[in-house]
Amino acid sequence: MKKVKIYITLKQGVLDPQGKAVQDSLNTLGYEDVLSARVGKYMELTMDDHADVEKQVEEMCVKLLANPVIEDYAYTVEEVVVS
Amino acid sequence: MLQAPEITPEVVEKDKLYRDMGITDEEFGMIKKILGRLPNFTETGIFSVMWSEHCSYKTSKPVLAKFPTKAPHVIQGPGEGAGIIDIGDNQAVVFKVESHNHPSAVEPYQGAATGVGGIIRDVFSMGARPIALLNSLRFGNLTSGRVKYLFEEVVHGIAGYGNCVGVPTVGGEVQFDNCYEGNPLVNAMCVGLIDQKDIQKGIAAGIGNTIIYAGARTGRDGIHGATFASEDLSEESESKRPSVQVGDPFMEKLLIEACLEVIHCNALVGIQDMGAAGLTSSASEMASKAGTGMEMNLDLIPQRELNMTPYEMMLSESQERMLLCVKQGEEQEIIDIFEKYGLEAVAVGKVTDDKKFRLLHKGEVAADIPVDSLAEDAPVYHKPSKVPGYYEEFQAMDNYIPDVKNQAEALKALLQQPTIASKEWVYDQYDSMVQTNTVVTPGSDAAVVRVRGYDKALAMTTDCNSRYIYLDPEVGGKIAVAEAARNIICSGARPLGLTDGLNFGNPDKPEVFWQIEKSVDGMSEACLKLNTPVISGNVSLYNESGNQAIFPTPVVGMVGLHESLDHITPSFFQAEGDAIYVIGEATPEFGGSELQNVFENKYFGKAPAIDLDVEAKRQTQLLQAIQSGLVASAHDLAEGGLGVALAESLFGTNLGCVVDVDGNLTTALFSETQSRFIVSVKQENREVFEASVEDAKLIGSVTNTKMLQVTKADETVIEESVADLTALWKGAIPCLLKSKA
Amino acid sequence: MKFAVIVFPGSNCDRDMYHAAKDALGAEAELVWYQTANLEDYDAILVPGGFSYGDYLRCGAIAATSHIVTEIKREAAKGKPVLGVCNGFQILLEAGLLPGALLRNKNLKFMCRFEDLVVENSKTMFSSAYEEKQVISLPIAHGEGNYYCDDATLKQLKANNQIVFTYANNPNGSVEDIAGIVNEEGNVLGMMPHPERAVESILGGDDGLNLFKSVLNNWREAYVTGA
Repeated sequence: MKKVKIYITLKQGVLDPQGKAVQDSLNTLGYEDVLSARVGKYMELTMDDHADVEKQVEEMCVKLLANPVIEDYAYTVEEVVVS
Repeated sequence: MLQAPEITPEVVEKDKLYRDMGITDEEFGMIKKILGRLPNFTETGIFSVMWSEHCSYKTSKPVLAKFPTKAPHVIQGPGEGAGIIDIGDNQAVVFKVESHNHPSAVEPYQGAATGVGGIIRDVFSMGARPIALLNSLRFGNLTSGRVKYLFEEVVHGIAGYGNCVGVPTVGGEVQFDNCYEGNPLVNAMCVGLIDQKDIQKGIAAGIGNTIIYAGARTGRDGIHGATFASEDLSEESESKRPSVQVGDPFMEKLLIEACLEVIHCNALVGIQDMGAAGLTSSASEMASKAGTGMEMNLDLIPQRELNMTPYEMMLSESQERMLLCVKQGEEQEIIDIFEKYGLEAVAVGKVTDDKKFRLLHKGEVAADIPVDSLAEDAPVYHKPSKVPGYYEEFQAMDNYIPDVKNQAEALKALLQQPTIASKEWVYDQYDSMVQTNTVVTPGSDAAVVRVRGYDKALAMTTDCNSRYIYLDPEVGGKIAVAEAARNIICSGARPLGLTDGLNFGNPDKPEVFWQIEKSVDGMSEACLKLNTPVISGNVSLYNESGNQAIFPTPVVGMVGLHESLDHITPSFFQAEGDAIYVIGEATPEFGGSELQNVFENKYFGKAPAIDLDVEAKRQTQLLQAIQSGLVASAHDLAEGGLGVALAESLFGTNLGCVVDVDGNLTTALFSETQSRFIVSVKQENREVFEASVEDAKLIGSVTNTKMLQVTKADETVIEESVADLTALWKGAIPCLLKSKA
Repeated sequence: MKFAVIVFPGSNCDRDMYHAAKDALGAEAELVWYQTANLEDYDAILVPGGFSYGDYLRCGAIAATSHIVTEIKREAAKGKPVLGVCNGFQILLEAGLLPGALLRNKNLKFMCRFEDLVVENSKTMFSSAYEEKQVISLPIAHGEGNYYCDDATLKQLKANNQIVFTYANNPNGSVEDIAGIVNEEGNVLGMMPHPERAVESILGGDDGLNLFKSVLNNWREAYVTGA
């Protein structure tokens, strides 16, 4: 089995008001070293082994999980050892 | 994780495990007697939730019995999911209020959201389409960071849930006082509309009929929520977070549509939502009400988590679940409807004739309890009550009149008090218009929702000035009901009835119990006088934190009927030249007033007096005048008296006013004397209006100056631009939220 | 003329849209469950607001993958009018029927109120009953109505006159105050404000009715002989 970890973030250049709110809030709490914050989504898929897992994940991201107009995506695929 | 099988009945008794569930030694003895043996762990849990205050009203029952609940137009009084009132044309209105105070104190977003979800289910489980939501909220002062967080997240949670399910949030109130700092109140009210032929009951009738579980799967969330709601809040509450449920408004929306389709199936016998105490209360109550028994196989319950014990399944308060009783052999028709909406619906049990509540799990009997003992045999406590020292002190005080030097400045200060200030910041976040029936949106005395296809509409409001009730529960209780009725009347509707959301402190304290008794006495008297029976309600006790009880806060949720859409009357001035009347004279009454709060930062003295005969007469005469088309606008005088009411009558208009007052200025402008209204009337209607409303006194007229002007014997007392006042009134809450704690 | 009002799980303005088309406009209208096989029998398609699939993942994203959206695309390609309001707009964007995307409101809050809109293009089949630059008042009710597109797309929208409505006082931070756009062909309109909530004066205004009238009038001109 494979564990796929997918990260979806707003594209650079797209306003991220939620990230801005998080940054402001952290600054208010005294963490003044925080220069910026971006908020995104994280998803985990568990998939059966398949020759082209990566190709499928790539497709899923484009077709559904991310909106290419505003979002970037990245992912990692890890082997899961079933005990 | 609690593993029931390892804990034997003997251990439950020997280690007094029942006490952790909120059962007393005496109650445990009663349970043993009922069963004729020791209860096992699961059974103890089942008794503990069914006998909790939240489900059994064991403390409040003797008091609640005083409420008038019957009238010819009442179809269903307290006892079912929600009350029902006839509104003609074979239609009825269904409504109820419910509190979600404790969950909201520890997890405000989800606490408020699931409160909304729960009350909506109460209404559609009666077969009604939910048509409106209102919320009655209380918080501490908006000066602490924690209170701001609670306030913002509660509003966010209500919006998140209500907007998604597509039920408009049309009204409610928000008030701020120190006593709610650690224990905010979140009371949600839902109003539904139904054709009388579609009314459902939560009964499991017909021996052999099938019990179907529908909706979300059962998880470990919210276990012991009902008991949680029946305890004081302490620092430990934070760590009880698993007790707080998470809501899924999308699932709820699907459940609404599926259930409203299912009620038209002949196969359906009864339906009830799984609210507090989840599967336990819905199942046992459905059987108990039908005079039957029920057997369920817990292995069939859809489960979200692995290895759930019977105890966990029976006590889970997972949201968005319904229990149905369906004619044997006709299950598929019902299951198909749920499937259309992508919802799980499975047969989990059957109706039996032995009046037992029997649960099977992995081939063993997990519980076997006489069903009536859960719903009906809960102990009833007659708590001692005692007049609190503060009350006697307050009653003995001299009349308090604040020393106001500058009336205009006092008015500005009042308009910026969060309790009076515009709540736009709140209701702008609520979808108040979905379903396209909302005629009067939030911000008026009462919201108005028309009944599509008929020449009629429903007015609805929530109200409760807890300061008066704190000073004098009996008088304050009368005022709460009367003020709600005033709101309904001002909108042009006839009050039909009310739902009560009783929020109090710890009833084990005799002074708190006295508050409960007295406020219910006062409310009951007003209900009888104003012909507004109590048709449903909720009791939330133990609202205390750090040993400080909240002000007694019996929220009144009232619904009224506009017999014609032409009767719908705005709360603000309409046209230049209209005459302004005030109904009822002011006497110096500042106990519990907003001005007292401004000047003294506390409340003391006597609550304003109320004469229910005068109240009833004025309400009747004003409503008749409205129905005769004599009134351009009507607004009740509440917090901040005439001054604030005048300003509110101008906000959002392009108008101004000139009014002349006499006597003591502070009394004339800011006293909170009861049973008063401000009304505007077209010049040509003045004569007839004056003849029909005895206590109306002409005080001025509506102008086009966009100025609020008050004079006394031709001397200017207040002359302020409405735009400036609006800015103060609208800016107050956003400004407090932005300021750093 | 017969309108289809598409109902997805979680749609909640479906009945409002239905009443606007049927009662206020006086046309034929039907609620069409999203599992319905095809839309050939309808003359116009209305995709209503709400929270399809709970707005989970992204507003409109899951609904946009359903079979009925393929059918909507097929009918749109024939030139039939398709109107998406609020969540319906989000679905049309996610489905690629319109360019751009919607972000969270700049203040991160859901907003419900009447807003003034400027009719920027009164030559579309959805706006011909309005005057150019007419200011109309329609309710908004959304948390993610902040329209976004890249510069190239914006240039194209302007060049083709695809911006139909803008906000007079931008409430949500949308690019160029955009409130509603059409596709290049002019038969697919997506907008955040709710015209179906403003078709009766008792509910605060009827400025939305002319949008539905435009659709009806244009259909009559095109299809009713002798009209």
